[in-house]
Amino acid sequence: MDSPYSLLFWPLAALIAVSAIAMVVTQNIVRAATWLLFTLAGVAGIFFLLGADFVGATQLLVYVGGTLVLVVFGVMLTAQGPFISMKIGAGEWAIAATVGIGFFSVLAYALINFNLEIPSTPTQATAPAPSLTDPQQAAAKPPRSLAPSIVLGTALLGFESATPVEPLTGVQNVPASLVSPGVPNATPSGLPRPPRLRTRMAYLLPFEIVSVHLLVVLIGAAYLARSKRRRGVTP
Amino acid sequence: MTDSGWLQAYLLVGALLFVCGALCMATKRNAIGILMGVELVLNGATVNFVAFASFNPAFQIEGQIFALFVIVLAAAEAAVALAIVLNFYNNHTTVDVDTAEELKG
Repeated sequence: MDSPYSLLFWPLAALIAVSAIAMVVTQNIVRAATWLLFTLAGVAGIFFLLGADFVGATQLLVYVGGTLVLVVFGVMLTAQGPFISMKIGAGEWAIAATVGIGFFSVLAYALINFNLEIPSTPTQATAPAPSLTDPQQAAAKPPRSLAPSIVLGTALLGFESATPVEPLTGVQNVPASLVSPGVPNATPSGLPRPPRLRTRMAYLLPFEIVSVHLLVVLIGAAYLARSKRRRGVTP
Repeated sequence: MTDSGWLQAYLLVGALLFVCGALCMATKRNAIGILMGVELVLNGATVNFVAFASFNPAFQIEGQIFALFVIVLAAAEAAVALAIVLNFYNNHTTVDVDTAEELKG
């Protein structure tokens, strides 16, 4: 609470909370789109705060710059008539508010009472979020000294250097066929090394799947939204 | 605040986004409003991914990569869903989802 970190986090969290709730409450779809803009921008700020620069930039580019513009175009293309009312009644509002508050209470209760054990590393003990630009941390963690976009890019292209060097925690009884070959089973100190599940391919296959998926979506959306000729009109 | 306290704060933000998105999907009658609710839910999940990844160094790449995949797939989903909504509007001249009842048994 006494660091510039919290000075940045709490205004962002308040911005996200206020605009998300306002988006649910408002009845005007254009105002909802505007509140969604602020929510998405706040989430991008949260990503920057967490040290995920590339994800934050992607959030700004794809969500705020792409998806939201798409949604606004949808709003404009499906203009509402003046007599079409899409409001819901007070009783439904009461039910929705009750369900929402109850749902959030359950989630918050589970979050706060669940004992989250963070693996304590020397770099994590002082800073709340890992900062990749700190030279001391970069020296302590050589694989993380690269810029996060470079690390992400190598992981997506399937280079082996992207596989993390820290052993996985919480993974036990892994069959021997899943452990990547070439990894010694014992550390120099003699302790057995926990098995690792990383393969050499890293994330090349998901990357390709997403690429093909995007192509299919592009074609499908263009096909679905194409302008049809009216009946009776000669082509 | 401790590390786990910060993680809980981030997870609370994600939970709030999720609940707001679910409520938005349930209460809006405009089809595009429902789409916005879906975006909120996906953003809540992304915040969870990145927060967990940032606080557990063994999964730093994994969380960010899955966050990227979620963002890309959300964009694809929005494109297809908007195409469907536009088709629906062409046929019904409204985007009120309560009028979509041809498939009712």
